[in-house]
Amino acid sequence: MNSLRIFFLGGLTSYRALFNWLSPWILIPAFLFTPLFQILLFVYIGRDAGVSDDSFFLIGNSIVNAAVPCLFAMGNTIGGERTAGTLPLLISSPAKRLPLFLGRALPAVANGFLVAVFALAAGALVLRAPIPAATWGGLALAIAVSSISCTGLGLLNAAIALRVRETAVFSNILFGLIVVFAGVNVPIGEMPAWMGVVAKCLPLTNGIQASHVLAAGGSIRDIGGSLAAELVVGGSYALLGIALLRWLEWESRRKATLDTA
Amino acid sequence: MLSVSWWLQLKARSRSTFDGVLTLIYPMFFSTTIFMMYSQGHASSSAMVATAIGASTMSIWSSVSTTAAMSMQAERRMGTLELLVLAPRPLALLLVPLIMSMATIGVYSMIVTLLWARYVFGIVIHIADPLSFLVSLVVLVLSIAILGVVIAAASVRYRGAWALGSTLEMPVWLICGFLVAISDLPSWVRPLSWALAPTWGMSAIRAASDGRSPWADLAICVGVGAVYAVIGSLLTQRIVHAARVHATLGLT
Repeated sequence: MNSLRIFFLGGLTSYRALFNWLSPWILIPAFLFTPLFQILLFVYIGRDAGVSDDSFFLIGNSIVNAAVPCLFAMGNTIGGERTAGTLPLLISSPAKRLPLFLGRALPAVANGFLVAVFALAAGALVLRAPIPAATWGGLALAIAVSSISCTGLGLLNAAIALRVRETAVFSNILFGLIVVFAGVNVPIGEMPAWMGVVAKCLPLTNGIQASHVLAAGGSIRDIGGSLAAELVVGGSYALLGIALLRWLEWESRRKATLDTA
Repeated sequence: MLSVSWWLQLKARSRSTFDGVLTLIYPMFFSTTIFMMYSQGHASSSAMVATAIGASTMSIWSSVSTTAAMSMQAERRMGTLELLVLAPRPLALLLVPLIMSMATIGVYSMIVTLLWARYVFGIVIHIADPLSFLVSLVVLVLSIAILGVVIAAASVRYRGAWALGSTLEMPVWLICGFLVAISDLPSWVRPLSWALAPTWGMSAIRAASDGRSPWADLAICVGVGAVYAVIGSLLTQRIVHAARVHATLGLT
């Protein structure tokens, strides 16, 4: 019961307290406008370059924006605690680490999902690229799986924040890598082979591919493999993140460097 | 005062290796994607050169947009905002070297992107009129810095200014013609583009690289930049006065 309380209430409290995103002055530009502008930017570049169609860029750039809360919010779970001076209190608490950190992941997953769904819906409206009603269920599932998977990488990002001070900087680098490699604006098949291999190791790659299959008329059955692969990638990062959190926490205690990253 | 402050700010901003690396490589994630898109579309060599120039100059705006928006908040956090306001110089003038240092770091990033384009994507960049190109680049940097001053002044009371700055990054790339011709955008967007000084700076850079005359574009860029300078000056006077009257300078 205590673990459930830490998971739900601790996660929600941390989300509300740390991220300062409850203000509409931050939430609206960061989560609603920026994704939309990114979609428009790449749609126009795509038209100018004469590649793909608008819906390709709409899908890729909508889903990749789920990574913003999933990576940045998770990184802030540690970085924000350090800034607020509460990291030692958190680490010295007897709470189980799994519900403590996974609880913080849940609001990030929900946030990422909502950002991507809004971007997709608003982008489709602005670009007049309607998405059939029957496709929305499958797309929502692909976006949810992508958000969960990306939060796995976010957990690893949070662990690294125990050692790296500039969590936002590191999150930006991860986001940039996903933009380049995950097939957001260039199909994986058009990339050099080595980039395709890297892409398969990143979250969102399979989710974006699955969404393209759905947009092309595929069914949920057609994307089962991609979504399973997406979950495996995200799960691997999450496990790595939890292990790294454990190890760096132990290292920080041993060297007394918790607040001095 | 301008040169000493600029150098001091540049040194302060160059202290963090991690931040410095990000400033250099973050715009390259976008430029790499863009180069790959044009390569996929089998763009002509002249189109690739135009893309390389546009993608490299994007980084100057990237360096300024978010950091300018949060610069006043950063000064407030460090406890130096009051000192800036109390200095016997107009605040708008003090903001110029601060923002210029950000734009200068953007020039580093521009050079790295051009080298990336040359050695990774094999884009051979030929500039028809190097001198005009250099002048146009300096004017573009100045115009972006002055726009940054207006953003910094406008966001002095805004705690989440970083969000505003981040949000402005991509729209300016799009509507100022860094990559896509303004004529390709909807007609209602064009007046917005014309009101932004970097549009004219980019136009001058493209003209100089193609061997056309950039001077008319440069003149407009300087003119629009001068209007920004007046707006920035009036805005900071008004904001500083209001903050003093209400004793809210240190508050958000």
